[in-house]
Amino acid sequence: MKQLLSGNEAIALGAHHAGMRLATAYPGTPSTEILQTIAPMKGVYAEWSVNEKVALEVAMGAAYGGVRSLAIMKHVGLNVAADPFFALSTIGTNAGIVVISCDDPGEHSSQGEQDNRHFAKFAKVPMLEPTDSQEAYDLMDWAFRMSEEFDTPVLFRSTTRISHCKSVVTVTRERPTDFKKPGFLRSQTKYVMVPSNARVRRIAMEERIARLRTYVESFPLNEIIKGSKKLGVISSGVAYQYAREVFKDASFLKLVTTYPIPANLIRTFAQQVERVIVIEELDPWLEEEVRLLGIPVSGKEFIPIIGELSPEIVEAGAIKAGLLPAPARTSAPAPALQLPPRRPQLCAGCPHVGPEFVLRRLGFDSRVKPSASPREMTANEMVVSADIGCYTLGVYEPLGALDTCACMGASIGMALGMEKALIPNKSVAVLGDSTFMHSGITPLIDVIYKQGKSTVIILDNGTTAMTGHQGHPGTGFSVTGAPAGKVDLEMLVRGIGVRDVQVISAFDLKAVESAIKHAVAADEPSVVIIRGPCVLREKIRKTPFMVDADLCAACHDCLEVGCPAIALTGDEIRIDSDVCIGCGVCAQVCPQGAIAEAKR
Amino acid sequence: MKDINVLMVGVGGQGVILASDGLAEIGMKAGYDAKKTDSLGMAQRGGSVVSHVRWGKKVFSPMTKKGEVDYLVSFEELEAARWAAYLKPGGIALVADVVIVPVSAMSGKIAYPKWDEIASVLAQYAGKTYRIPATRIGEEVKNTKALNIVMMGALSTFLDLKPEVWKEDIRHRVPPKFLDSSLAAFARGTESMRG
Repeated sequence: MKQLLSGNEAIALGAHHAGMRLATAYPGTPSTEILQTIAPMKGVYAEWSVNEKVALEVAMGAAYGGVRSLAIMKHVGLNVAADPFFALSTIGTNAGIVVISCDDPGEHSSQGEQDNRHFAKFAKVPMLEPTDSQEAYDLMDWAFRMSEEFDTPVLFRSTTRISHCKSVVTVTRERPTDFKKPGFLRSQTKYVMVPSNARVRRIAMEERIARLRTYVESFPLNEIIKGSKKLGVISSGVAYQYAREVFKDASFLKLVTTYPIPANLIRTFAQQVERVIVIEELDPWLEEEVRLLGIPVSGKEFIPIIGELSPEIVEAGAIKAGLLPAPARTSAPAPALQLPPRRPQLCAGCPHVGPEFVLRRLGFDSRVKPSASPREMTANEMVVSADIGCYTLGVYEPLGALDTCACMGASIGMALGMEKALIPNKSVAVLGDSTFMHSGITPLIDVIYKQGKSTVIILDNGTTAMTGHQGHPGTGFSVTGAPAGKVDLEMLVRGIGVRDVQVISAFDLKAVESAIKHAVAADEPSVVIIRGPCVLREKIRKTPFMVDADLCAACHDCLEVGCPAIALTGDEIRIDSDVCIGCGVCAQVCPQGAIAEAKR
Repeated sequence: MKDINVLMVGVGGQGVILASDGLAEIGMKAGYDAKKTDSLGMAQRGGSVVSHVRWGKKVFSPMTKKGEVDYLVSFEELEAARWAAYLKPGGIALVADVVIVPVSAMSGKIAYPKWDEIASVLAQYAGKTYRIPATRIGEEVKNTKALNIVMMGALSTFLDLKPEVWKEDIRHRVPPKFLDSSLAAFARGTESMRG
């Protein structure tokens, strides 16, 4: 049967047909849809874990209990899960366990770019990489079998263009019907990593990689495509598809086992062609491995190391390297029109807009114009240490309300660090409910332990909004939308030891302002929970607001909110009633009282 | 079987991805190899959305190159200008008469270009540009969310497939209560190309 599937859907279906019975994930672009596809499947336990470390540990437990398991995360998620990932490599497994890392070359929706192929070599774990959805589907079966045969986790690496590209998949398998009964085989030498046992496992890891080197030589999905003997292209992942498009006559070696690599197959291929090049996205991973075999090879001399590739970029590289003729010069196009950019922005009615507007007013000196170069802060300004989530979009003008964004949960530790560094300005940490659950709890514990005075602002919109509204432990619903256990945010922070806790509405700007002022002035740790539902999730529509042109003094304060419903049209401020959902934040900002609910 | 490259562009929330999913699936059902890919990083938050759809005997790259696109289907006027360079010489631009002003143009610093300016950018690349009265059609069929279906209707007039193939895709994708207005939107999109 033929189906048009995204890479993520194909991974999910492939795992299901391979008899996977437990899947865990923390949402993160471009990986999110894998668990969402798995969740409704029969015979599988699926969960949004609190973070990637826990996700992998849950999957490990299940695999040790004899159940084929999958842990899914984006590239930076594997950083969070690195500790159990290395432990899992040392220990090995019982049932098959596959770790899926979806990298995001070009940082479409990420705070950084990294090539997670390095994790395979680093942790001594075999790695598979599909070049399209069909291979993503086919490889999942291999991944679980390899995991069991070699007593190892398997790293399954996708990228944005594999995960989010749809291509035709011929579905060849079905879900198995008979399963081994779950059960944990007690073995302290295997599962208890005290040094005496770990040293034994350490040897097993090296033996495992040595056996895998032989195994991948005959791996059927690695493929030589014979073409011209002049040029041989080694490639993997989506870059292979671009290379096929650009080098129409060349010979190809497509690799799906990218660690360890099939050395003899590569040597054989290299002997068949006059020149070997590698086309790959991000780091010269294959290129360096091939060079270590003593084969003269090039790639990153003409293919960028930074960002996502495209057929255009590969073609430009090939021309630069003299592998393709330069195109005939066409006349230069007419001078282009300056087009206004369309950056992602906070939605009309977003509960983050009001609090970020207040932070901009309280934390940033309005007399100092925003500028790209670092500047000394004036005495009354605050450092706004923010985090990963929709609210990070508040960095863009006109809000411009953030000072830092590093990685999940970093806001709180960094605010404490600024305080302990004795910087003269006050600092506040700002993060969302899901991010707080993911990795904000432990740094808040550190604030209590170190007797810090930090203020933590939790923007609680009741969902993991940025990745498309997934549940988390504070929401009370599971990946299928079914009722789940619920962690009470307020009780949690009080339980940690924060006494100064305020809970307020995101749409009451006066309350937000006084709560933040109070918290920052307090001589002890404080938490401000600012609540308001995500408008995209709840689809809220109240009476839209409108501007009374007679009362408007053209101060344009309302434009500082950055609401997509408010625009300066000619000389007049107008609110688009189709876009406005009636949150009323702009009306509270207007000093003239010129904005009010539209009369029906 | 001629290879066909379509670029569908618009703004987050306009239904670009849904439409391009449908187009890729229609290609597959018509016997093509089909691939599609979107750039949708944070698209739901009002960013630009671009979907590449490719039909062919054998498709390698899901992404098209500049100068290779047969049909640029834009759900918004400014986005048509932004992606015009992807058209191959003589390619067709289908542009919905929808204007969504980005925040960057709301404070008046950079102006949202006038249609004449957008049309002249398109004229540098396109063989022909069609401006589709999608707003009016949406109002007339009482389904303003059917913009993507209006545009599919317009595109369908260039592709050599039976009308039933398109309608089946709509039936498959649209909830029952919007089915009639969606089929009407498709028909009106088709008619709009006949002038």
